[in-house]
Amino acid sequence: MTQPSLSNRQKLTRLLLVAAVPLALILLFLWAGGWLTPQRLSADKMIVALEQTGGKHPGYRRNHAKGICILGDFIANGQASSLSRAALFAPGSTPVTGRLAIAGGNPAAPDYAVPVRSMALLFQQANGEQWRTGMNAIPFFPVATVQGFYDQQEASRPDPATGKPNPASMQALVHKHPEITHFVRWVKQAVPASSWSSEQYNSLNAFLFDDASHHQHLVRWSMVPHTPRQPITAAEQGDSDFLQKDLQQRLAKGPLKWDLIITLAGAGDAGNDASRAWPADRQTVNAGTLVINRAVPQREGKCNDINYDPLILPDGIAASDDPLLNARSAAYAKSYNLRTREQSGHSL
Amino acid sequence: MKQVTHFHPALRVVHWLMAALILFMLLIGVAMVSTVSSLHALLVSIHKPLGLMILVLVLARLWLRFCTAVPALPHSIPGWQRAMAQLSHWALYAMMLAQPLIGWAMLSAAGYPVTLGGGLVLPPIVPINNGSYALLRSLHSIVALLLFLTIMVHLAAALLHVLILRDGVFASMAGKRKR
Repeated sequence: MTQPSLSNRQKLTRLLLVAAVPLALILLFLWAGGWLTPQRLSADKMIVALEQTGGKHPGYRRNHAKGICILGDFIANGQASSLSRAALFAPGSTPVTGRLAIAGGNPAAPDYAVPVRSMALLFQQANGEQWRTGMNAIPFFPVATVQGFYDQQEASRPDPATGKPNPASMQALVHKHPEITHFVRWVKQAVPASSWSSEQYNSLNAFLFDDASHHQHLVRWSMVPHTPRQPITAAEQGDSDFLQKDLQQRLAKGPLKWDLIITLAGAGDAGNDASRAWPADRQTVNAGTLVINRAVPQREGKCNDINYDPLILPDGIAASDDPLLNARSAAYAKSYNLRTREQSGHSL
Repeated sequence: MKQVTHFHPALRVVHWLMAALILFMLLIGVAMVSTVSSLHALLVSIHKPLGLMILVLVLARLWLRFCTAVPALPHSIPGWQRAMAQLSHWALYAMMLAQPLIGWAMLSAAGYPVTLGGGLVLPPIVPINNGSYALLRSLHSIVALLLFLTIMVHLAAALLHVLILRDGVFASMAGKRKR
């Protein structure tokens, strides 16, 4: 080797460089993972906020913790295949593993105490692709943004002194996210149905259907029940599990059905604001019928293994620019990681 | 085996390509599980096909590594450092190979379709099971962190060789200077 030897000063500068390059990359890594910006909203923070409102219930989903697994098929009539090239919309049958639940993080909540019900579905296509969707029996989402949802959880956290949410923080929430007033007004007059089977479940978020010629259509969808609505009886109000019992009784008599109704956005309908319902006169397409034959307690059912991530989509369905979708996907994954670890007892 | 001063050109290309891809992959990984912004879905959709690409590349690279002549370390390097170099290189290979497989197995255990975009789906490699998912998911994070730290040590050692020791070790992979 014929290189001149380095002076001590040169050695020191070069040694600093040897350390600086990996250190800079380590900082970049920490920044990417959100560890340098604790004020930034993250999946972890969303889950902590949900646990603070709903309580800690290890092994359960962090929201919509109480539910039941359902099994059946989706019978497509082919009418939606002009909007989406997803295989499940072509005429025929697709197996479905679903879950009916009530909102909130408490798996022992009495059914009557929770007005918001939900339906989550996994459509298993023969080509290995899946469509997972989580829908709620509300006409629109309370807030439009991820920050709004986080602030809503914070504001509805029970005050330790009164056991109820602090009215001042609720007022601050309305001031910061005024769109929530629509939801507050809706909740006040809403009467929950006496059965999961007679609720209409809505996607709330918008999605893009991609057709065979690669044209995109902004849509929302709903599962519209065949079962007529009935008021809740006094006996049901006193039974904390009346929804599960009602479902089993009905299924013993025969399958329960919903129509999958696709609503197409009109001019001016936003895809990025789940807090606004689209006008009722929008064009709809009946894509087929969901037929549910069986229900199984969630801990024994296949739905226990499933994270109903709304961004698990087959070719032919894509996410819209709704900011809530990404947050739901990231937070659901976090909840799934936590509950599977708690259920299996792994300490890794 | 014949004496060489440099790694095979194909191995050098794959090394530097994978270095960039793996660093990018590790950054994507930690970002996508943390962020609730619209980046989340984009990063997830890159992470899966990129993981498969890295798996294919590491298999090609292992084949190249076994089939081509490897330059010897200079005599100036003490025995314990040679042992450390050997150990870290095989640890890197093991983690590069294991990490995409753990990711694939983890998605399979959760029942997620391993979609690569455009309707392409990889078959599951383990049965659906919450317990296996919990284990594999934690393992995926642990191996990611170990891999990142090992790469940082590997990088610091490489910089030490090129900037201070100037003994041709870095050049054997970078490919310029003749010893």
